[in-house]
Amino acid sequence: MNAFLLHWTFAIPEIWVLSMACVVLLADLYLGERLRDVAPVLTVLTLLGAAVLTFFEIGQSGTAFAGQLLLDPFTNVAELFSYLAVLMVVLYSRRYLMDRGIYRGEIYVLLLFALLGVMVMVSGGSLLTIYLGLELLALSQYALVAFHRDSLSATEAGLKYFVLGALASGLLLYGMSLLYGLTGTLDVRHIAAALVNVNSSNLILVFALVFIVAGIAFKLGAAPFHMWLPDVYQGAPTLVTTFLASAPKIGAFALIVRLLIDGGYGMLESWQQIFIALTLVSLVVGNLIAIAQQNLKRMLAYSTVGHVGFLSLGIVAGTAAGFASAFFYTIVYVLMSLAGFGMILLLSRAGFEAERIDDFKGLAQRKPWYAFLMLIIMFSMAGVPPTVGFYAKLAVFQAVIAAGYVWLAVIGVLLAVIGAFYYLRVVKVMFFDAPDPDVDSENAPIVRDDLASATLSMNSLALLVLGIVPGPLMAFCFYAMQGVI
Amino acid sequence: MNAQLLSYSIWVPIVGGLLVLAVGDRRAQLARWLALLVSLLAFAVTIPLYTGFDTHTAAMQFSERVAWIPSLNIYYHLGVDGISLWFVLLTSFLTVLVVISSWRNVQTRVAQFMAAFLIMEGMMIGVFCALDAILFYVFWEAMLIPMFLIIGVWGGPRRVYATIKFFLYTFLGSVLMLVALLYLYFHSNNSFDLLVYQHTPLGMTAQILIFIAFFVAFAVKIPMWPVHTWLPDAHVEAPTAGSVVLAAIMLKMGAYGFLRLSLPIVPDASHKLAWLMILLSLIAIIYVALVAIVQEDMKKLVAYSSIAHMGFVTLGFFVFDSVAIEGSIIQMLSHGFISAAMFLCIGVLYDRMHTRNIRAYGGVANVMPIFAALMMLFAMGNVGLPGTSGFVGEFMVVLGAYQVNPWFSILAATGLITGASYTLWLFKRAIFGGIVHPEVAALKDLDLREMLVLGTLAAFTLLLGVWPAPFLDIVHSSVQHLVAQVAVSKIPA
Repeated sequence: MNAFLLHWTFAIPEIWVLSMACVVLLADLYLGERLRDVAPVLTVLTLLGAAVLTFFEIGQSGTAFAGQLLLDPFTNVAELFSYLAVLMVVLYSRRYLMDRGIYRGEIYVLLLFALLGVMVMVSGGSLLTIYLGLELLALSQYALVAFHRDSLSATEAGLKYFVLGALASGLLLYGMSLLYGLTGTLDVRHIAAALVNVNSSNLILVFALVFIVAGIAFKLGAAPFHMWLPDVYQGAPTLVTTFLASAPKIGAFALIVRLLIDGGYGMLESWQQIFIALTLVSLVVGNLIAIAQQNLKRMLAYSTVGHVGFLSLGIVAGTAAGFASAFFYTIVYVLMSLAGFGMILLLSRAGFEAERIDDFKGLAQRKPWYAFLMLIIMFSMAGVPPTVGFYAKLAVFQAVIAAGYVWLAVIGVLLAVIGAFYYLRVVKVMFFDAPDPDVDSENAPIVRDDLASATLSMNSLALLVLGIVPGPLMAFCFYAMQGVI
Repeated sequence: MNAQLLSYSIWVPIVGGLLVLAVGDRRAQLARWLALLVSLLAFAVTIPLYTGFDTHTAAMQFSERVAWIPSLNIYYHLGVDGISLWFVLLTSFLTVLVVISSWRNVQTRVAQFMAAFLIMEGMMIGVFCALDAILFYVFWEAMLIPMFLIIGVWGGPRRVYATIKFFLYTFLGSVLMLVALLYLYFHSNNSFDLLVYQHTPLGMTAQILIFIAFFVAFAVKIPMWPVHTWLPDAHVEAPTAGSVVLAAIMLKMGAYGFLRLSLPIVPDASHKLAWLMILLSLIAIIYVALVAIVQEDMKKLVAYSSIAHMGFVTLGFFVFDSVAIEGSIIQMLSHGFISAAMFLCIGVLYDRMHTRNIRAYGGVANVMPIFAALMMLFAMGNVGLPGTSGFVGEFMVVLGAYQVNPWFSILAATGLITGASYTLWLFKRAIFGGIVHPEVAALKDLDLREMLVLGTLAAFTLLLGVWPAPFLDIVHSSVQHLVAQVAVSKIPA
């Protein structure tokens, strides 16, 4: 067989998702309004199918298409978690979209294309494939954010995201082109080999790294490149926000893995310095500004910036254990924000988004079960045991102390305490405040939505269960990062 | 059975608490009975720990060790020695009393209330049993969540302020301990075992930094002056049962932390900074006791008195004398009974009058003779009268401290006098005298349930005061071992 096509099977999950995205698009077009449910059902089947296909690939590793595509444990694990994230978004979606009159097939097609983008980023072996995946993801995201055309804030958020996103892609691309000019190759592994002979104070290399790190920081949402995040998170339909905070973060983490670790591990000391600065700024900005927020979506957006700061601690450590702990943090973050935004989705109804913190007033009396779930989510985000959020923080602190940065860990824990305050405020509002007198089941009903409610319950309880037995998930993440260094 | 005894002690109340939660608030009576059953069962499970305890060894007993998070080398490692055993028993015993005492006065969200206490019981026992640093930290932190809710949901008018202050104070204290524990991990061949930490050689600078990190965590929890300000707020706003658990058990955790972590892991820093610890303890004993005298709110008064009593405990630790340390442990136990009883007594009054202001009372003894007699006993215990448990601990601490430096004893002994003044003055104003307020005249004496709870505590206060030998026997070997351990320098040659 042609050497180029050797190992083409590595691309089967991507091929499957791409074909199914087209099938969903066509099926929805022909079936029309009355059989709209077919689109989400097909999407769920696509995800399950992809999971099975990826599952069969576990254990294999290598490259395909002349190094364009990489397969290693990280690819498999990251893809599996991306499916899970999109699956939850789909399960949350139906009633929310219906209430807003945007229950259309395209949204599922866009989700699948975005997922495909993440998959390509995760398995990309050359700068070109990685960039291709990134743009596929980004374009789908722009469209998703602006999907609710009648909503002024959503359109505004879409435009903002597009302009700033394009700028970030430009930065990243510029960095990539400098790297290409320096090493003469697009393949990340060849780049790593070529960089051995380059002096680390080489000006072009420094420029390339700065641009690449800036691009990654933007996609990840690390301060000071976080400006788009609160506006987009707040403006986008909550369902889209839920998605933005999930699979794309795995994709952004893949950028770090592929570009900085696979490609630039030799230059660790150069980009480590930049990451220390990013970490510090993110921790401070995210946690301090979140305190001032009245809007829960915006608060969670700033808390995202804070979480990115924590997970970057693992990157700063620069060791295999550090990267593994950062990956673990990413996965945990995805699970937590799926649950957090899922809760907002669930409490929203036609014409009303439960996005102000005050909307949660007295939830413990109105709906004790939801309040209990939100309690778990908030304590998990704050990093209080016995929730999984604690182990995520524990792992990154452990890694960063092992690397000798005790002072960074001390700053990290202090900001974790500050962060605890605004999560506690949500708990306080739910449990200690009475519901507003004009809010009752008559004029502000909590709409029954069994599917989303069951999903949310599983999602939130997982945070608690994983907090009691975090071993397997952590081992899985450590396994994923085995092949990387 | 014996092998998993500690696991049962931890998980029976937690699982039982979840069951109570599942019963739901609508079936309040069922929730109460189930909670009582669970707490009795949980207490029964801990009794074999006492009967099967070997007093001749300082080694950990009833140990369990299972890999928990292999990627990070964390073990589910439990064990008790003479230092921790009494606190496990105290916790399970007091939870039974707490459930009984809240039978009537908690009427809203009963199942959640009972469940929070049971779950918290399991976590507190977990703290006293954990021998893995991360397991210890997990229980240490997790316990904040139920307490946060207990104060915030069932507390008084300023409950939100008090509970957030409580949470953030304690959280801030403990995160630095986490950093210290992680630091130790890398200096003890990648182990989180607290027993391994005890043999890890450490330089002086590292020891001092670790000591400070531990100190912040434990001093907040005890609480020591000047980080005690959360305690009066939390106590005043907490429901009676919350105050009982807070004073009787949670405060002991900070002190236990000093014994289990600070002293054996960083002995040289402990010696070097002992002057500071003694100074802070003496300030707590003298200054905080003076603050207690002027309080108008009975709960606040007892809260400040708790801080002063805990001052004796920390004083006893840092003179590094086995008599003093044993005295401290007895003092912790005794304070567990007496402070619980004092808060329950105030709760009894509050249930009837709905005020804790001393001025609103006066002459209670005329209408509630049984109550007055019992409270008298606890007040005497709080003062440290011979024959009550309060005397044994404080006497041993003062005695031990005298051998090291007579001035410590003299200053500490003045604390006994101030202690007598605020307690007796409170008693005189609230209980004795003529009836001034008509509401007081209408008070009813204790019912059977209240008598049962206070009577049990009275029995233990007297037992520990008259015949402390069985309590000391358990503690002795472990304290000897600890004192020997602290005497050896860990600075690498």
